[in-house]
Amino acid sequence: MTLQGEPQIAGKAEGLVLKLARPISFWGGVDPTTGRISDPRHPNHDSEIGGRILVLPGMIGSSSSSYIMLELMAIRRAPAALVLAEPDAILGLGVVVAREMNYGSIPVVVLPREQQARLETGQRVRIAEDGAVEIG
Amino acid sequence: MSLDLSEEEKGIAAGNRGEGAAMAMRILAEMGRLLGAPRLIPVLSAHIDGALYHGDSGVHFAERLVAGGAKVAIPSSLNVGGLDLLHPGTVKADAHRYEMARRLMEAYGAMGCWQTWTCSPYHAGHRPAAGTDVAWGESNAVAFCNSVLGARTNRYGDFLDICCAVTGRAPYYGLHRAENRRAMVLIDTSALSQRLKRADVFYPVLGCWYGLEIGTEIGVIDGLPADISEDCLKALAASAASSGAVGLFHVAGRTPEAPTVEAAGGGTAPTRIIRLTPGMLESARDWLSTSKGHGIDAVALGSPHFSLAEFAALEVLLQGARLAVPFYICTGRNVVAELEEQDRLARFSEAGITIVADTCVVVAPILPGKTGVLMTNSGKFAHYTPANTGYEVIYGSLADCVASAVTGRLARDESLWQ
Repeated sequence: MTLQGEPQIAGKAEGLVLKLARPISFWGGVDPTTGRISDPRHPNHDSEIGGRILVLPGMIGSSSSSYIMLELMAIRRAPAALVLAEPDAILGLGVVVAREMNYGSIPVVVLPREQQARLETGQRVRIAEDGAVEIG
Repeated sequence: MSLDLSEEEKGIAAGNRGEGAAMAMRILAEMGRLLGAPRLIPVLSAHIDGALYHGDSGVHFAERLVAGGAKVAIPSSLNVGGLDLLHPGTVKADAHRYEMARRLMEAYGAMGCWQTWTCSPYHAGHRPAAGTDVAWGESNAVAFCNSVLGARTNRYGDFLDICCAVTGRAPYYGLHRAENRRAMVLIDTSALSQRLKRADVFYPVLGCWYGLEIGTEIGVIDGLPADISEDCLKALAASAASSGAVGLFHVAGRTPEAPTVEAAGGGTAPTRIIRLTPGMLESARDWLSTSKGHGIDAVALGSPHFSLAEFAALEVLLQGARLAVPFYICTGRNVVAELEEQDRLARFSEAGITIVADTCVVVAPILPGKTGVLMTNSGKFAHYTPANTGYEVIYGSLADCVASAVTGRLARDESLWQ
């Protein structure tokens, strides 16, 4: 099955889905040295986001989340791709700056919540340049 | 989506103001494109959050801008850094972290930023006029700027804030556009008691509820006392921006563009009306505390940074009190200087209080040990303490924090909520 997303930052990726059960602030929510979810109040506490196709229902909190995203890119513990419910100004910024700093790039795809409902943690998915998310 | 750059902007991107400004313009233009902005607009000031160390990448980014000769083109205040430059030794960082945090702060200074080092820039002389466009970072400062000052900014993330400051421009999208600032949700507080709405402890709880329930929608809060203090509004903004991606809320009668509920809606009726009850606030209040016990190991105040008015309120509560646990107040260096000038600073250290300037206890290693229970009156500290410090947290009013610090046991007035 293929879900058609809108590429905010185009690119290809493949990996296992980690779908977050609640919105998150990367700053104060993800450890920038390990890529682990560090907020004990978050239902996905202790999950590692590095290398995963990270599906986010929403973003909250700190405007420093772009810095955490850049740092994860720099130390190679960033997700393989971001699948966002709506366009976001903060995480994509971390990726844009990472490209400028030659830390690489990852795709950022906008996929509305009703389509995100078809994605589950552990599924293998492929993301194409045009924002298509192929399951299986 | 196409973004049109002016001839001048194309020139900056091509390097006619140096490689640093060109890099800033490239990032700005790319973000403008990504966010669907048709063009860039001039901004009159910036507040910059990127000088706080979270890893070496941000230091390399800032030093690359400096090496490229980047200078800010507009007045640009700085948010907190990773060190207390006034009180060396307060931050217990290892040598690498200390050195990198210092380099990062120096790089932003070298670009000509105003070295305020505070998350309350609006209490350090940085108050843009209502209706003007600015580019602010740091979630509490953004929400305060839009909602209390009425100036217009989006939530500019770390790195984009300095790019806006260097170029003097921001993408024209989101909260810069009047049509995106209209309140669609009406929050009616008339069922809450005046006593509760007059209490400082109410505002972080209201903010936490707002962030969780309203998030990025624009709401107007009706029925708050017309004379609530800026510190209460600051606490509301900071807490809302911690639990949700809140950039703007209207407080009818206080937000400059919202003298009335109707004005907040810009002529459109709300699509949703929520009548707030004490029961609805209870879960937000409970969310702010993670410890169910009664012991506390430390108290921290000042997120956003403690104001002179808050120090005055604390002075009254402290009279004769002997504190049994470590007690921290985080504040701006401008406030420290004023207290010193008025001979009011010594009484806090005599009471056993540690004043933290330029930084705060949830962004830098300051608290003793790795675990414990921290009590605070800040919704923002309550939100970030567990993940950032390893401490559990208990939320209470300013008076509750002082009373609990005297005994080391939780003493909290619950009567307001009944």
